[in-house]
Amino acid sequence: MIYFDNSATTPIYPQALDTYIKVSQRIIGNPSSLHDLGNQASRLLEQSRKQIADLIQVKSNEIYFTSGGTEGDNWVLKGTALEKQTFGRHIIISNIEHPAVAETAGQLAENGFEISIAPVDERGFVRVDELAKLIRKDTILVSIMAVNNEIGSIQPIQAISDCLADYPAIHFHVDAVQAISKVEQEKWLTPRVDFATFSAHKFHGPRGVGFIYWKHGRKLQPLLNGGGQESNQRSSTENVAGVVSMAKALRLYMDKKADKPEHTATIRRYLIEALQEYPNVTVFSKETPDFAPHILCFALKGIRGEVLVHALEEKQIYTSTTSACSSRKKLASSTLHAMKVPDSLATSAIRVSLDESNTIAEAEQFMIIFNQLYKKFSVING
Amino acid sequence: MNYTEIMVRYGELSTKGKNRKSFISQLAQNVKRVLGDFPAVKIHADRDRMHLLLNGEDSAQILPKLEKVFGIQNFSPSVRVEKTMPAIREMVQTIIKSAYKPGQTFKITSKRSDHSFELDSNELNRELGGAVFEVFPEISVQMKKPDINIRVEIRNEGAYLSYETIRGVGGLPVGTSGRGMLMLSGGIDSPVAGYLSMKRGVEVEAVHFASPPYTSEQALQKAKDLAAKIAPYAGSIQFIEVPFTEIQEEIKRVVPEGYLMTVTRRMMLRLTDAIREQRKGLVIINGESLGQVASQTLQSMVAINEVTTTPIIRPVVSMDKGEIIEIAEKIDTFELAIQPFEDCCTIFAPPQPKTRPKLDKAQAYEARLDIEGLMARSMAGLKVSEITESSEYDEEFSDLL
Repeated sequence: MIYFDNSATTPIYPQALDTYIKVSQRIIGNPSSLHDLGNQASRLLEQSRKQIADLIQVKSNEIYFTSGGTEGDNWVLKGTALEKQTFGRHIIISNIEHPAVAETAGQLAENGFEISIAPVDERGFVRVDELAKLIRKDTILVSIMAVNNEIGSIQPIQAISDCLADYPAIHFHVDAVQAISKVEQEKWLTPRVDFATFSAHKFHGPRGVGFIYWKHGRKLQPLLNGGGQESNQRSSTENVAGVVSMAKALRLYMDKKADKPEHTATIRRYLIEALQEYPNVTVFSKETPDFAPHILCFALKGIRGEVLVHALEEKQIYTSTTSACSSRKKLASSTLHAMKVPDSLATSAIRVSLDESNTIAEAEQFMIIFNQLYKKFSVING
Repeated sequence: MNYTEIMVRYGELSTKGKNRKSFISQLAQNVKRVLGDFPAVKIHADRDRMHLLLNGEDSAQILPKLEKVFGIQNFSPSVRVEKTMPAIREMVQTIIKSAYKPGQTFKITSKRSDHSFELDSNELNRELGGAVFEVFPEISVQMKKPDINIRVEIRNEGAYLSYETIRGVGGLPVGTSGRGMLMLSGGIDSPVAGYLSMKRGVEVEAVHFASPPYTSEQALQKAKDLAAKIAPYAGSIQFIEVPFTEIQEEIKRVVPEGYLMTVTRRMMLRLTDAIREQRKGLVIINGESLGQVASQTLQSMVAINEVTTTPIIRPVVSMDKGEIIEIAEKIDTFELAIQPFEDCCTIFAPPQPKTRPKLDKAQAYEARLDIEGLMARSMAGLKVSEITESSEYDEEFSDLL
């Protein structure tokens, strides 16, 4: 098996799984319980928070646990909207945001908020100049992803931060799910960034758990009310085993960081160079520093992405379509569409996403299979 | 930039006379403790300043720790390069590239301990100034109060360059004023009182009264966390947990309601004094602020204080609440202190405490207690632990995280 769909999810580290099992069995108290067992769970939860905060160099009280990236995105958008609606009802997102942001903004649009969409250029980067023009007196939030999950373009968060420096009241949210420990942190967690969302299963942690970074001093309203957990901000009994396992996974993931980007970049470079030999192949992820080292998006003209994904699957190679192919309804929100790639080509795109466990040998095998498929599809395309 | 050495300038030590040596020695000891995680660092404490040789340890982690050591006026990290003009020029250019912002002025200050070096100080200044102009032709020289002062010192073993002077906390080295017992509650005032005492050189040990099951494990942890916040100023702090349950229950049983608080406070003070004696301390420190609550009126202080002749230092006695909070925020204890884990139970809080207690009445009611027995059992149950900044990590969980 060759697993090239790491941006969708990553296999849990054996050590993180071990932690999950041990915590589930050993730390049986509810963190809110007053007795020793509850206190033990609470202490472990706080140590996890501190470990995560230390790893991304923020304060412990700026880390809030969630069920994953989608909840984090929902929380920051709706929490900002509820908290700041008396100051304004205008929100800016880009036209390549992950559905968790885009659909949430859509819901807010149906509830009295105005959403402006900042365009990207033909290479997949937010046009900062156009975004600046969209800012109004009543703008309360700008939400831009750190790294595009489909083609890997690293968004100009620093440039947007510079632009927003003149508007200190606007919340600046970055969905960092695809960025953490893959792209240098200073590129996506600038001092001006107020909120960032993360998901454990993107860095070999368990599914169903994540966290947000929430800069001290900023205000959000809760998405979940009830028992008052997470300092009254995110009620619900905590997923202790998930959280601790996530902290373990993040520590292990960041320990491997030193050579990971270069490792995945090497494999990606090999694939790009190999794919460019094929006349009917268009590569959207360029081999330049402003693309993430772990994501490669390309299209095979005339063959729908899902067909190629399934053909590769038959050979035990697992990749992904882009959102352009998920359904026609989603086409309007796809990254390639936003880049003004023609529909016929956008619907042919697939994504290869790598991790430190992938190898050049796997890439070579991928190319052998791709070559066979290319020839077969050429006959079909006539 | 990874530095080779840090030069530390002393605070009020500069004014000390014959006891200067012991002050410097204490400061060196404190620095060593604070940098306990960096075993390769060597400390040379001279009469006028201290040199820390980093020997490869990470300066980015060490510098913030020095910012909290009392007795340090300021300090300058420096980098050592080989004693050749090309190497020195290159480092000067590296420094100016990272430090310079358009519009700023600069100056080179050279000094030679090694007088056999090829250029003299003035020649060095000129030559290295030229190196800066090569990188930033538009930069201006300013002899008095330049924005960037690059110091170059030619010593026997190499050339040392620095340009930053980081401000320290000043004060006196912790320990130079002897030892004191801090009555640490979970509130805002007592950690600030501890911090202010440490600033004047007191080696503070934290005394915390615990009354399980009336007070919670969380309240105890909160007090330890507060101690961890002030521990970095000394390297570490001793935390003394005093079992107080039996005493509270007994006071509740025999003392009239209005005097519960007064008698409780007197017992706490007696215990703190006994701990002080046992641990060779000289003073008791608390966070009392005149007029804030019932136990902090002058009459209360008189009635409570009577149980000991040991000096009691109250650093925040004349401060407004806002002033105390300002310091608490500066030392990062405020948010922790306002967390709602009560350190005393409403069962023992009198609904109408005496704000003007009479000493003779307090004594009379107290006579109903077996003070010696209660104290002996409490002292037998003391738990002492060392708190450092990183105490938050539980060994219990190390295999899980």
